[in-house]
Amino acid sequence: MAFYVVQFLTGLASAASLFLMASGLSIIFGVTRIVNFAHGAFYMIGAYVAFTLTERFSGALGFWGGIVAAALVVALLGVLVEMVLLRRIYHSPELFQLLATFGLTLMVQDLVVLIWGPDDLVGRRAPGFKGAVDFFGQAIPSYDLFLIVLSPVVLGILYLLFQRTRWGILVRAATQDRDMVAALGVNQKWLFTSVFAVGVFLAALGGALQIPRDAVHHAMDLRIIVEVFVVVVIGGLGSIIGAFVAAVLVSELNAFGILIFPKISIILVFLVMAVVLIVRPWGLFGKPEAPARRSPGLTVNPWRPLTSGERLASLAALAIAALLPFFVGNYALSVGSEIAIFVIFAVSLHFLMSVGGLASFGHAAYFGLGAYGVAFLAKMAGLPMIVSLSLGPLLGCLGAAVFGFFCVQLSGVYFAMLTLAFAQIVWSIAFQWVAVTGGDNGILGVWPDKWAASPSSFYWLSLGIAALAVVILRIIVFSPFGYALRATRDSMLRSEAIGINAKRMQWTAFVIAGTVAGVAGALFAFLKGSVFPDNMGIPLSVDALVMVLLGGVETVSGAVIGAIVFKAANIWLVSQTDWSKLVLGAFIVLIVVAFPKGIVGTLEALISRRKSASAKPLVTRIETAE
Amino acid sequence: MRKFILAASLAIAAAGFANSAQAQGEIKIGEINSYSLLPAFTEPYRKGWQLAVEEINAAGGINGKKLVVISKDDGGKPADAQTAANELVSSENVAMLTGTFLSNIGLAVSDFANQKKVFFLAAEPLTDAITWSKGNRYTFRLRPSNYMQAAMLVEAASKLPAKRWATVAPNYEYGQSAVSVFKKLMSEKRPDIQWVDEQWPPQGKIDAGPVVQALAAANPEAILNVTFGADLVKFVREGNTRGLFKGRDVVSFLTGEPEYLDPLKDETPVGWIVTGYPWYDIKTPDHDKFLKAYQAKFNDYPRLGSIVGYQTIKAAAAILTKANSTDPEKLIAATEGLSMPSPFGEITFRKIDHQSTLGAYVGKTALKDGKGVMVDIAYKKGSDFLPSDAEVEKLRPKD
Repeated sequence: MAFYVVQFLTGLASAASLFLMASGLSIIFGVTRIVNFAHGAFYMIGAYVAFTLTERFSGALGFWGGIVAAALVVALLGVLVEMVLLRRIYHSPELFQLLATFGLTLMVQDLVVLIWGPDDLVGRRAPGFKGAVDFFGQAIPSYDLFLIVLSPVVLGILYLLFQRTRWGILVRAATQDRDMVAALGVNQKWLFTSVFAVGVFLAALGGALQIPRDAVHHAMDLRIIVEVFVVVVIGGLGSIIGAFVAAVLVSELNAFGILIFPKISIILVFLVMAVVLIVRPWGLFGKPEAPARRSPGLTVNPWRPLTSGERLASLAALAIAALLPFFVGNYALSVGSEIAIFVIFAVSLHFLMSVGGLASFGHAAYFGLGAYGVAFLAKMAGLPMIVSLSLGPLLGCLGAAVFGFFCVQLSGVYFAMLTLAFAQIVWSIAFQWVAVTGGDNGILGVWPDKWAASPSSFYWLSLGIAALAVVILRIIVFSPFGYALRATRDSMLRSEAIGINAKRMQWTAFVIAGTVAGVAGALFAFLKGSVFPDNMGIPLSVDALVMVLLGGVETVSGAVIGAIVFKAANIWLVSQTDWSKLVLGAFIVLIVVAFPKGIVGTLEALISRRKSASAKPLVTRIETAE
Repeated sequence: MRKFILAASLAIAAAGFANSAQAQGEIKIGEINSYSLLPAFTEPYRKGWQLAVEEINAAGGINGKKLVVISKDDGGKPADAQTAANELVSSENVAMLTGTFLSNIGLAVSDFANQKKVFFLAAEPLTDAITWSKGNRYTFRLRPSNYMQAAMLVEAASKLPAKRWATVAPNYEYGQSAVSVFKKLMSEKRPDIQWVDEQWPPQGKIDAGPVVQALAAANPEAILNVTFGADLVKFVREGNTRGLFKGRDVVSFLTGEPEYLDPLKDETPVGWIVTGYPWYDIKTPDHDKFLKAYQAKFNDYPRLGSIVGYQTIKAAAAILTKANSTDPEKLIAATEGLSMPSPFGEITFRKIDHQSTLGAYVGKTALKDGKGVMVDIAYKKGSDFLPSDAEVEKLRPKD
């Protein structure tokens, strides 16, 4: 019995840092709608700064003062980031801020190694909390007890802050309806900045408090950020109590789960999230999102098919690309093939996001399923390449059909997080089912047949399929189905009122996007000759998101440019420098500032503004009316 | 739609890099490792191979030609490692590929080497598959494999009186195969042993408190640990506070390597049986020479990664010198059965499975001046801990 009590307390202690992180993230998202990918980075910097301060200043005061000072320093840093970077892009399309914070995260991962060195750092133990307390023969670390007490205290402080202060009332009001708060004359700028500072302070505090139990190292952020998102969503966005309950729930399920299934930790949080979201679409304590006033897809420049001149230009560009094999070497051609494959992948996600209005955080699942489909067919069934390539993507299609059915029942960030959960579940199956998938050692030897083996033939193959995919998706966008899908994106209610079966439209779009992603994955398997669980991991899903956002989510085919720019920059930087993350992150941040609607989106806006300077007042009026 | 114009210009730019003239009188080696993902291990590794390059060229290079190492980062992703391998082979025309740390990346590059018929000397990856179940004729491996390290530890562990054993290992291929080999070899020597619990925290994400509690609840007499890096730190800290290691024997993979032992500082657990690299206590002329040169060049002490990086390039140079050619078939012929000196003494690349006989040090952890060290060390030769030739032939597919 004593054992179970202690295990329960241990779970509570683990919940503490999750809760600190999650509450900060939840507040930030609730008010500013920023999906703050850099939250993990702030957590990590908090730990690093606290390490430096607590090593520098001795004694109990040095330690606890160092922890708090570290959180304050990092909160100041957060204010700086918010004022210099995020303020510029609040009016960008939804999720664009994700791109900025993703760029920051990349930079921070390299910066901490540059500043603090590559070795794992082990901080000192907390003065006064070094030992353990005996509980019927079981030892409970006293620091755990401290953490167990701390999180309800923080919860209480936050609760008072939100219920008893004017600032808290504003924050709650903004979480519920920020347009109305702005309309009532509240200075949003400072509200957003202060909220961001509080959120970052909590993240950094969570990181700083880890130093007596953890090692400080440059991958801490990735270790926690996804799980924190999951906790926030399970609890319900914007709900602090929800974050607390979810953190405790996840930690306790893990603590007791490993007693029965020792391998469960790898997937547990995602399983919990999938179940919670299917049963309660807004998380445990969340409320349904108010219907958006601004149509997410409202473009100043309405979509239209290409003019014949533009068609010719695209064809000419395609022809030039097709002539490459006569001028460049084998390596450039394989890079070209890889870029073409990622163009397919990015346009598939772009279709879902910009036409369907459904941002998927787990799109790599269908890419990976396509790749594994090919690997099974080519390696185990021994089918020729052309057959595997045609049939392999069906696995992606099947996965999209099954998961898509559940996902399209939700909307917004909840939709995104359910796609993430399913992607992680698929990933963990590929990772764990060693007998079939080879686990993380993957499936090797999936090389193309002779006719496609040479780099130039494979390049032509990838280029051809990429061009085909872009054309087909464009045709779909301007087909009756495409119009109906855009109607569901712009207003679910109105589209259903005129007789469109919105869920079925979205489900169909999900399946189309998943299948096209599967095609990309299938080609990728042959390009690399092997398949790994990596091919469906979170980083790949994030890459796809970045490509789409970089190109411009409010465009028809911006993802093509986004994919080319991101992939080319990525491959080139990784090859040229060991600090590729730092440079790539800085590059992304620069692009975010220079092209606030994505590269293609901003260019299009510039061109149309120059064309029709007289129409400008009208446009502004439309926007305000909405 | 400027997409393809952009693609074209980028590709042409890339080609411009590719066609840089190959200098005469140079031999290039292409080196790939997870520099940005695992700097704690790869930085000392890089220093190691830089020292080797300097020594080789100071001694006249490869049959009079200068040795050049071109190094690429793989970011910890198999697909990126293949892109890098492709660049090195297609654009840089390297004579061979070397390096890699993670097992899945090692396997990906090994498969690439097999497909493109390029010589590959894997430095770090520990998976048994790379020389056995997925071995191929183009791939050789330097470091003692999972199997060999397990066998070295079993030799010591089987002498312990403990009968109830529990295991904790990261939940991926390395952890899984380390545990399964250890269990198999241990149960062969000690049929009386009971395996009472196993814990599989996700790599890099151990929730140490519950794991330690769960292990303690099974009340084992001894524990096998395979976690390393930050996971090891958390596991040790929780275990120390909760008294998990009191009165229990612990056998642990890799923990004696300075990369993993040094961060633990005064929290280093005492008396664990570990494999590792006690650079401070190795008193052989071969190692002294390496240690002096390393400390003189970098003003830092070597980690195990330094040894691996150093010996990888030394081995590559020995192979290229003996083959006196960059033809992969001749390189393979030269490597099979080739013996050479190393800081750990003479090593041989076996013909039968392309594994080198580099060994490892086994010893016990101890605390000295607030730092973790290895004591009672003994060098275990790799050749003594490999299965019989008949068994290896069953494990490895025919070329």
